[in-house]
Formats: sequence, structure tokens, C-alpha cells
Amino acid sequence: MNRKKRSISQTLTYIALGLWALTTIYPFIWVILNSFRKKGLILTDSFSLPLGDAFTWENYLTAWQRADFKNAYLNSFLISGTVTVVVVVLAGLAAYGLVRYRFPGRSLLYSLVMAGMMFPVFSTIIPVFRMEAMMGIAGTGNRWLSLLAVILPQIAGNLCFAIIILMGFIQSVPIELEESAYLDGCSVLQIYFHIIIPAAKSSFATVAIFAFLWSYNDLFTQSFFLRYPQERAITGLLNEISSQAGVNYGLMASSVVLVVIPVLLVYVLLQKHIVKGLTAGAIKG
Amino acid sequence: MNSMIYKKKTPLLLFLVPAFLFLAAFLFYPFVQNIINTFMKIGGLGRAAEGLNTPWYENYIRLFTDPYMRVAMKNTLVLILCTIVFQVGIALILALLVDGIRVGAQFFRTVYFFPIVISATALGLMFNLIFLYKGGMVNQLLLSLGQLETDVRPNGKVIVYWLDWKDQAHFLFTMLMPVMWQYVGFYFVIIVTGLNNISPDLFEAAALDGADGWNRTRYITLPLLRNVLCTCLVLAITGALKVFDLPWVMFGAGMPENQGWLTGTYMYDQTFNKMNVDYGSTIAVLIVVLGVVLSNISNRVFKPSEDL
Repeated sequence: MNRKKRSISQTLTYIALGLWALTTIYPFIWVILNSFRKKGLILTDSFSLPLGDAFTWENYLTAWQRADFKNAYLNSFLISGTVTVVVVVLAGLAAYGLVRYRFPGRSLLYSLVMAGMMFPVFSTIIPVFRMEAMMGIAGTGNRWLSLLAVILPQIAGNLCFAIIILMGFIQSVPIELEESAYLDGCSVLQIYFHIIIPAAKSSFATVAIFAFLWSYNDLFTQSFFLRYPQERAITGLLNEISSQAGVNYGLMASSVVLVVIPVLLVYVLLQKHIVKGLTAGAIKG
Repeated sequence: MNSMIYKKKTPLLLFLVPAFLFLAAFLFYPFVQNIINTFMKIGGLGRAAEGLNTPWYENYIRLFTDPYMRVAMKNTLVLILCTIVFQVGIALILALLVDGIRVGAQFFRTVYFFPIVISATALGLMFNLIFLYKGGMVNQLLLSLGQLETDVRPNGKVIVYWLDWKDQAHFLFTMLMPVMWQYVGFYFVIIVTGLNNISPDLFEAAALDGADGWNRTRYITLPLLRNVLCTCLVLAITGALKVFDLPWVMFGAGMPENQGWLTGTYMYDQTFNKMNVDYGSTIAVLIVVLGVVLSNISNRVFKPSEDL
């Protein structure tokens, strides 16, 4: 009886999960299918399989020929990789400090972080650009400096979100772990590296995923700072290709696929670290 | 919480200074500039201010008398409510369900993330085709189910009264639904992470005490997820206030008939299209103030045990 009830609830679970999965997989497949569809057919018939006459490789070939992809991918990975690493390191430290220490001004700092999460990038970008131009980073035409000009505001832009998220997770790390480590003679830094990071490892992976994703997809900041061909990052490059293509939605779809694949790879790689049971057994006894 | 370990405050400098230096230089300072700009007369993008507005708080008066701003506020508040109920709600249910299965959990975690990685331009195009007036996917579906009115003209031609999904009566649904759907995966990943941080020992103990599935969820999982859910609420509120790209791609500037503004799209339009840089800055200030107030309220309401 019990077993039967259980298998019914399992089945219902899978049905519910499967239905939602359909809504998330379908658009992805739609984009992939249309990236193989002949020009002009998307508006009239975008929901069928591109078979026979409608099928074409042309969209990918065009996209690939029009631009220096290797360079653009490299730029993207340099920018987003750096942003991700710096954000995770700095946000981890700050979140830990804000969660565990009691000091005057703590709630002020917390409010500042919260407010910082809300600053629209549209309103901060012009002052940032001016400042960086003054510092000789932005608008120099030097590829590496331009990449740095994107990296710096992106780090700041992702830090607040990362701190808020990590604070939520570090709060739920049982403090008993830290106390026993302290009694064993660990310093605060050792506690951070040997207790907090392993215990909240999946949270760090989550933050890394989003920092990477947002930096990678942040077309607005890129288009502000990366103006020369050799500086282009992949998102900006493909956006340019597809906007030049006008109503060539097939080219646009193939660009989307080319942009999305690296992010999905990063997600799948990092997601392995979001695994269960990291604190299992740690507080026994 | 005020443990012995954290009595000595010197390490705190190391923890806080690097992050806050970054924030000060690239976020807080630019935003202070933005606040100053709200009192200035600025002729165009990137131009220097031409002096104070008359009166200096002119933009703030405009904020409260601007009818489009009222529209944007109303739509955004609806968006915030929907975000909390549907995005966080659906994400929580999906996360709990995925947590309860063994086979395929990895698969679901991967595919639920898809909508977030596809760019708004592509999703906007797709939703535009789905909701297309003539022959869009939804309308064709309704037609085949006999839900659309049709007329047969004397000459034998069939006229279909297609449903306009972007008109005054339907635009809110058409605009909000894709946004809702896209970001469920975001909260899903955060909640799943929170679930993974719960020690399995607790569940074992509960199982020994005879707690079944629902009771376990009710008395262990949900209380322990409280911090994470609070974080989600704050993110939902701030996210909704800033939503820009998908509505912009689908609806452009305030369609239909200036009834479709959101705070994010209105601010962008004022700054970069209408070149009202100082007024745009004022809207940004409003977004931040609203966000801080609303998140503080939600933290007060849902997080009584914490002292932040």
C-alpha cells in the first residue's frame, strides 16, 4: 500500500517536472532548429522541422566568415573569467565578515550593499566611463586596457548580488563548526578557508555561475567600452552581426547558438559542485 | 551568534576593505554623481551640466506628476507581486520536487537553466512569434480549438477575428508571462543550492522520529530555507524594479499607447532616447529608494529572527 502510494507520488512528481522542462527545452530547440532554416522562412513557418529545402548550413557559415571568432571568444573568457574569480573571492570575504562580526556601521554597510544591487547600470555607466577615461583605462584603443575597463565596473556590479547571496548561505552554516575549529587553535582566516568555504561550496559555485553569466551577457557595458574590432567580446560581436543582418532571423538564431554554448558548458562544469551533503556528518558528536 | 572567535576585530579589515573599495569606486561614487545630476540641467548624453534646474528639485516634482511614471509604477508593482508569487513560488515547488527524486535530477537542473542563458533578443523574437497577431502560435492553437470568432463572408471567404495579445486588455499578461517564465530557473538554482546546504542528518533524525514527506518539508526544510527564501524575495523585488531587456525587445517604448511602461524601460527611454539625462537619473534614484524600502519591509516581515 505504502509502496503504491509512493510510486504514484513519484510519477506525479516526474510529470510536473517534465511539463516545466518542456517549456524550458522547447525554446532552446526552437532556436537551434531555426538556425538551420533558410532565410525568410522563419516568419512564415518557424515551428516546424527545417527539412529538405528549408535546411541550410548557411547561417553558421555566414556568421563564422564575418568575424574573428577566436579572438572574440578569448576576449569574452578573459573578461568574464576575471570578473567571476574576483567577485567570488571578494564577495566571499565580505559576506563572511558581515555575517559573523558585530560592529558599528554593520547595518549601514548591509544597506549600502542592498542599495548597490539596485543601481541601474544605465545610471552609473557614464560617470564610470569618465572616471576610467581620466585614469587612462577607457577609450585608449589598447586591447588589454579596454578589457580592464569592462572588467572593473562589472566586478562592482556583480559584487552586491554575490555578497547578498553568500550572506544568506553563510548564515546557515552552523556556528558550532567554527567554534570547535577555534578551540582546536584555528585562526579566523583558517576557519574561513577550511570550514566556511567547504561548507558553502555549492553557494560559491552558484554565485560563480551567475557572475559569469551576467558578465558574459552584459551587452550594454561591452558596447560602451569595447569599440575597436580586436576588442570585441563574443556577445557584442554576434549582436552586431545579427543586427547588421536586419531581418535575417536565421543568422540571428545561429548567433544565439554560438553565444549560448560556452555559457552552458560553464554552467554544467560548475553545477557539478552544487552537490548534496557537503556538511553531512560534520556536526556529529 | 556573538561568538568568542569574532571578538577581535582586526581581521575584519581584510574581509571588508577590498570589496567595499571596489564598490565605492565603481558603484557608489558613480551613483552619487547620478544623484547630483538629478538637480542639474543636462542637455544630452555625456554633456556637462548647465547649472541647476529651476527650482532645483524640479525633476522630483515631475516624478510625481508624470502620468507615464504612474503607469510604470503600477505595472512594476504588479510585476513585483507576480514575481514573488509565481517566480519564487514555482521555483520553490520545482526545487522541492527535484530534491525528492534520484534519477534525472541533474537533467532537470540543467534544462531549467536554459531560459536564463538565451539572450533576451532571441527570446523576445520567439515570444513575438508565439503571440503574433495573425497566425501566431497561440492564436492558431485557439483557432483550432474553436475559441476564436470567425465569420463567413457572402463570397465564401472566412474572416478570423485574431486576438491581439498586445492590446490594452492583454498586454500585461503578454509582457509579464515571459519575464516570469525566464527567471524561474534563477530562483530554482538558488533554492536548490539552499536545499543542498541542509544537513542530511536532520532528515535522518526526522525519519527516525517517523516524519513523512510533507511533515519533513513543513517542519525542517521550509524553516531552514527561510534565509534563502528571504534572499530570493529581496532579489525578486530588486530584479522586478530593474527589468529591462525582454519587455524592451517585445514592446519597445511603452506600447500599447504608453500603458506598457515599467520603471526600467521608462528610465532607459528617458535617458538614452529622449536625452532627458537628468530626469532619467531621477527615475534611477526612485528605483533605488523603492527597492531599499520594499526589501527592508520584506526582511522585517519574513525574517524576525535575524538582526539585520
